Amino acid sequence: MYDSGKIIPGLIIFVLFITIPIWYNHGDAGNAPKPELPKDAKSCVLSAEAMRSGHMQMLNEWRDEVLRDGDRGTITIDGKEYKKSLMLTCMECHTSKKKFCDTCHDYASVKPYCWDCHIAPVE
Amino acid sequence: MKYAFPFAAVVALVLIALIGVQIPGMQYFFGVVIPYLAMALFLGGFCYRIFYWAKSPVPFKIPTTCGQGFSLPWIKQDKLEAPNNTSQVVARMFLEVFLFRSLWRNTKATVYDGPKLTYESSRWLWLFSILFHYSFLVVIIRHMRLFMEPVPFIVSFMEVGDSLLQIGAPTMYMTDVTLVLGVLFLFGRRLVNPKVRYISLPSDYFPLFLLLGVATTGILMRFYLRTNVDINAIKELAVGLVTFQPTITAEIGAIFYVHLFLVCALLAYFPFSKLMHMGGVFMSPTRNMANNSRMVRHINPWNDPNIKPHSYAGYEDEFREAMIEEGIPVEKGLPPKPEAENQEKAE
Repeated sequence: MYDSGKIIPGLIIFVLFITIPIWYNHGDAGNAPKPELPKDAKSCVLSAEAMRSGHMQMLNEWRDEVLRDGDRGTITIDGKEYKKSLMLTCMECHTSKKKFCDTCHDYASVKPYCWDCHIAPVE
Repeated sequence: MKYAFPFAAVVALVLIALIGVQIPGMQYFFGVVIPYLAMALFLGGFCYRIFYWAKSPVPFKIPTTCGQGFSLPWIKQDKLEAPNNTSQVVARMFLEVFLFRSLWRNTKATVYDGPKLTYESSRWLWLFSILFHYSFLVVIIRHMRLFMEPVPFIVSFMEVGDSLLQIGAPTMYMTDVTLVLGVLFLFGRRLVNPKVRYISLPSDYFPLFLLLGVATTGILMRFYLRTNVDINAIKELAVGLVTFQPTITAEIGAIFYVHLFLVCALLAYFPFSKLMHMGGVFMSPTRNMANNSRMVRHINPWNDPNIKPHSYAGYEDEFREAMIEEGIPVEKGLPPKPEAENQEKAE
């Protein structure tokens, strides 16, 4: 092998760089988020799975309909009427931003810009 | 055929993951076993290829120069194009690795009626290459949010910057667009340019299709096929993988496993493919050598130390008699014959 004085250190740096997640976590996977669910309400606008994967798309549609198209109509799911509103519908049951929204968003490093316009509840 | 076979291979990979993951219990195989295997192949194969290259001797000093080499004091040296010491080589390599200078110099030759041959600079390849490579780097850094807990500032910063346009929810990433654009150009170039098309092989198309597959499944997963894509379950699996305690806590949509399987295929294929230009650019003697063959003697490592230098004078000494016999001119004649000396003495 030639130039081992340069190649071996270079290769070691490369391998250490690629495996940064291993050194960074040093074996500690951390705790999975446990968002606090509302105690009194039993059902959400959609099923838990559908909300988990699609709430951001639904909120985005609501925002577009309400603010851009001026359509403040309600939506009816299973005979129940809901307002298309983050503060008046979602936050009605999920009262705490810190204990509900932020748990998962912080874990997955998602920074929704809801709170650029809405005022977050004081906690 | 050059396109059909690699394309079919990528489709087959997609189908393997799509169908395989429907079998109960196979989620663990596709989510844990395959990623570990792929990463081991990537790191092991990468080191193997580097050692393999490091064992190859470089018999000659062969830097490719394209500028004025070091010469007399009043002749201006082009230090980047013809570096003659280590720091200049480092500067040249740095610009090559980070800014792709050799692609910047790309030219296009065209023959017109006459016949008239023209050359013009053609930087499309440079533009889309750099777009693709840096987009891919940002995409990889962004993905670290799923592998690191807590998420480092640089990762979340990059993500905010990447989704700065705030289009839709989940927000669109600019690098998703530029990465796909880059790959599509690199692929289109091989189809449209007849000269490049002629020299393209299945091993050129396969990585492009694979990268396109990885990007497409990733984009589909984020924006369109969101059923059962629970980002926190995915992060639990990813963090579990890098802390060697992988768990699959929830049912994750098949699109995730397809995306992961294609990434694993890319990792496993990487060291044995042309993608190794990532390591190869550092190992390339035409780039990493200084143009100083007149100042520093380059010893061919192949040289057998038992074979001593043989000068022409020594050669003539060895073969002088035979040379004279064959009428080959010699620089030094034969010494006077011993008999003649004896005769002289006798007289």
